[in-house]
Amino acid sequence: MSTEVAALKKKDFQSDQEVRWCPGCGDYAILSAVQSVFPELGIPKEKFVVVSGIGCSSRFPYYLDTFGFHTIHGRAPGVATGLKLARPDLEVWIASGDGDAMSIGGNHFIHLLRRNVGVKILLFNNRIYGLTKGQYSPTSEVGKRTKSTPVGSLDNPFNPLSLALGAGATFVARSVDVFQPHLKSVLRRAAAHPGTAFVEIYQNCNIFNDKAFSNVTDKQARTEQTLHLEHGKPLVFGKERRRGIRLKGVDLEVFDLVDDAGIEECLVWDEKVASPTLAFALSRLVPPAMPTPIGIFRAVETETYESRVVSQIEAEIDTKGAGTLEDLLYGGDTWVVD
Amino acid sequence: MTSTITEENAGPPASLEKLDDAVIRFAGDSGDGMQLTGNQFTNTSALMGNDLSTLPDFPAEIRAPAGTLAGVSAFQVRIADHDIHNPGDSPDVLVAMNPAALKKNIGELKPNGVVIANTDEFNARSFKKAGLENDPLEDGSLEGFRVFKAPLATMTQRALEDSELDRKSQDRCKNFFALGMVYWLFSRPLENTVEWLRRKFARRPEIAEANIKVLKAGWNFCDITQIFQVRYEVDSAQLEPGIYRNILGNHAFALGFVAASRRSGLPLFLGAYPITPASDLLHELARHKSFGVTTFQAEDEIAAVCAAIGASFGGALGITASSGPGISLKSEAINLAVMVELPLVICNVQRAGPSTGMPTKTEQSDLLQTLFGRNGESPLPVISASSPKDCFETAMEACRIALKYMVPVMVLSDGYIASGSEPWRLPKLEDLPDLRPEIRRDPVGFAPYRRDETTLARPWALPGTPGLEHRIGGLEKDDGSGNVSYDAQNHAQMTRLREEKVARIAADIPPLEVDGEPSGKLLVLGWGSTQGAIKGAVNAARAKGLSVSAAHLRYLNPFPANLSELLESFDRVLLPEINTGQLALVLQGRYLRRIDSYPKVEGRPFSRDEILARIEQLLEA
Repeated sequence: MSTEVAALKKKDFQSDQEVRWCPGCGDYAILSAVQSVFPELGIPKEKFVVVSGIGCSSRFPYYLDTFGFHTIHGRAPGVATGLKLARPDLEVWIASGDGDAMSIGGNHFIHLLRRNVGVKILLFNNRIYGLTKGQYSPTSEVGKRTKSTPVGSLDNPFNPLSLALGAGATFVARSVDVFQPHLKSVLRRAAAHPGTAFVEIYQNCNIFNDKAFSNVTDKQARTEQTLHLEHGKPLVFGKERRRGIRLKGVDLEVFDLVDDAGIEECLVWDEKVASPTLAFALSRLVPPAMPTPIGIFRAVETETYESRVVSQIEAEIDTKGAGTLEDLLYGGDTWVVD
Repeated sequence: MTSTITEENAGPPASLEKLDDAVIRFAGDSGDGMQLTGNQFTNTSALMGNDLSTLPDFPAEIRAPAGTLAGVSAFQVRIADHDIHNPGDSPDVLVAMNPAALKKNIGELKPNGVVIANTDEFNARSFKKAGLENDPLEDGSLEGFRVFKAPLATMTQRALEDSELDRKSQDRCKNFFALGMVYWLFSRPLENTVEWLRRKFARRPEIAEANIKVLKAGWNFCDITQIFQVRYEVDSAQLEPGIYRNILGNHAFALGFVAASRRSGLPLFLGAYPITPASDLLHELARHKSFGVTTFQAEDEIAAVCAAIGASFGGALGITASSGPGISLKSEAINLAVMVELPLVICNVQRAGPSTGMPTKTEQSDLLQTLFGRNGESPLPVISASSPKDCFETAMEACRIALKYMVPVMVLSDGYIASGSEPWRLPKLEDLPDLRPEIRRDPVGFAPYRRDETTLARPWALPGTPGLEHRIGGLEKDDGSGNVSYDAQNHAQMTRLREEKVARIAADIPPLEVDGEPSGKLLVLGWGSTQGAIKGAVNAARAKGLSVSAAHLRYLNPFPANLSELLESFDRVLLPEINTGQLALVLQGRYLRRIDSYPKVEGRPFSRDEILARIEQLLEA
């Protein structure tokens, strides 16, 4: 069996369905990364289930030759939770978008994370509604001019990472559609995480919100404005890696490693620390004043929900004995009529 | 007649009178333990072999202000020496723990009925809370009833003089004084309740013993004073031989689902969110984890049904349960199950609507929502339970249809059935149906929407099966391959197939049986919880020499194949429903047959006499 698994290739995960995203859409890159990573995981193909909600991102299951379930708007976490509880042996991945997960499915999103169900959730964040043709989303910046907000949106956006950390997520990461090697490495880490693994992926919608992440993906921003989180290493970034992140009171600030202070003032990144406080502070960093952190914000292991559910049932069976139909029906207060 | 019970005015020994049928209502404040008292009386009567039927009636508020009308909680139980079908129209005996309980319930007491009033609560303050001007025990308003005034709290305190319990805890025992009195009045033994108290308070024996003492004090008090002057006996009923237990509707549902899980070989998965009056189904199933049952209390109604669908996709027996408002929330996901054609059972324990309505009051008003309340052409099978014990069989039947036809099935119950109870003759294990489903394993020739020729069910292909990788979803599917399709003719075909699949179930269900002549002047047709009242009314009408037949629908979609013919066989069809005539509307539209709709929307079940009166009226006309 193991040799068969090892023999899986990227094309084994490509379905026969024509991919129908707009040319140039960031979703292609994400699909390609997932199709590259899945065969590396040593998991039989039939064990994968990809669950999605509604939106451009949610067409994802059709393009992967695995079991797939394209559900309804915002509800993929509900379906995935039931599936994982019924079948802990399956490898369940959710594909979702900022409208699907942050807006209509916001409730399910936070509850999935707090329960720590052993599924992976990929948030394709393009900060716009694409499938409905260009309305602002709950991650759009204030003042966004769209078809539904011709003179600018008024509501504050969600920060998906902050939200996830607040909900008690045990694995939180961010990557970018066009950073293929980075994205793949984050996906591998997500796959290895035993609880809910949440990955926000900056995804460019070249039709309705082009260059939404140019402050990360532009050539200059990549080197100057991107902070790679690496476990056990100091938080430094920029050309010649001369800028660092340090604590100032309860906040973070950028300092110059040459002009301001030495590397010893720099925070050393610890993704496994129990407290999510620093991860939260990092999730709040936004350009242009601050760099954009990418990588693993948090990776702590606690028991998964499905494991607790299974253990509880096993413990009940141990204590009471496996229930039989006879116990069930005849076990209460009964009387006989002759 | 009004009597104050004291030891000093002990009378001559009471005469013994046999009753074939008696209705007792315990009424008090929400905190007075009336549900518990009523349940104890019920269980003891069940063990004595009476046929019985119960009707709890409690307020939605957990603790409405004490002593107010809003806070009155009641439990009615009817016991009989013969087969009965409903908890009775009006009580013979009313226990009133306070003036509010008296005021709220006295209107339904039978003429010459017995009132046991807890005089300790009959004071100016309580009258004010109950909105009473005068003391009803003294103002002559209870003329025509037999009123027994008993200072229950005082006598409870006296019985517990030596107890170390604090005064408040002592006072809480007073419902057992009342129970002891009613046990004496109906010649019931105390043992069952004594044993129950010792089990229930095994860790706090002082509480158990105090309650037992008070229970016995209530019984002894009646025995010493002989104040009731008459004492009743109700013989055991000649029920069909077998092993019986008393069962609540929601508990019967739970047992039915666990049994279906066992007989199908599939693990049971319940996704639910708490809602009155469906929560007890969640509570009961949560107690059965040793049967491999997973209960998932979701973040909302939508997640609850979605999780059940996900579990079903994975090969579990997925079910969800709610009441009207929750079903509204689940509608989109139920439609997903219609589209992806997965087995799923949805229980709707109906309550009075619209919106929040009256959560603790019963209604049958979600039928049209069930049949038509989803977007698009969305047919699904609908079956209904007609009494508490019937919930067991209904649950199993719903699972059978869901698994055989790969379809979501809606089960309708209501608050009246859910919290009512009756004796249930337990089925023999070997008589339970075999529900093992067909699971697809062979990849050769597999297509997710290639249907069985007879049932039109698509194959159930579980994740984890090599070679069966496929995608399903809410988008229209290509007939056969299951790929997304916007093809016009394919959509027409798939719409027809989804409808045909449900319609074919009509050939797989029993024809509707008629109780009485197969044709004639009048058919009383019903569905769901009206069964008991209709049966009682039809029997009473026949006893008066009237010719009337009855039929009760379990299957509401598809209808039994013989329904149309049956409707044509009678001059008139009377259809009582706890709604404004929803099934009547459907039948009239479907069969172009005039129906005499008899709607009632008062949050309460029909009484036998209401239906009897309507039968007489129609037959006279």
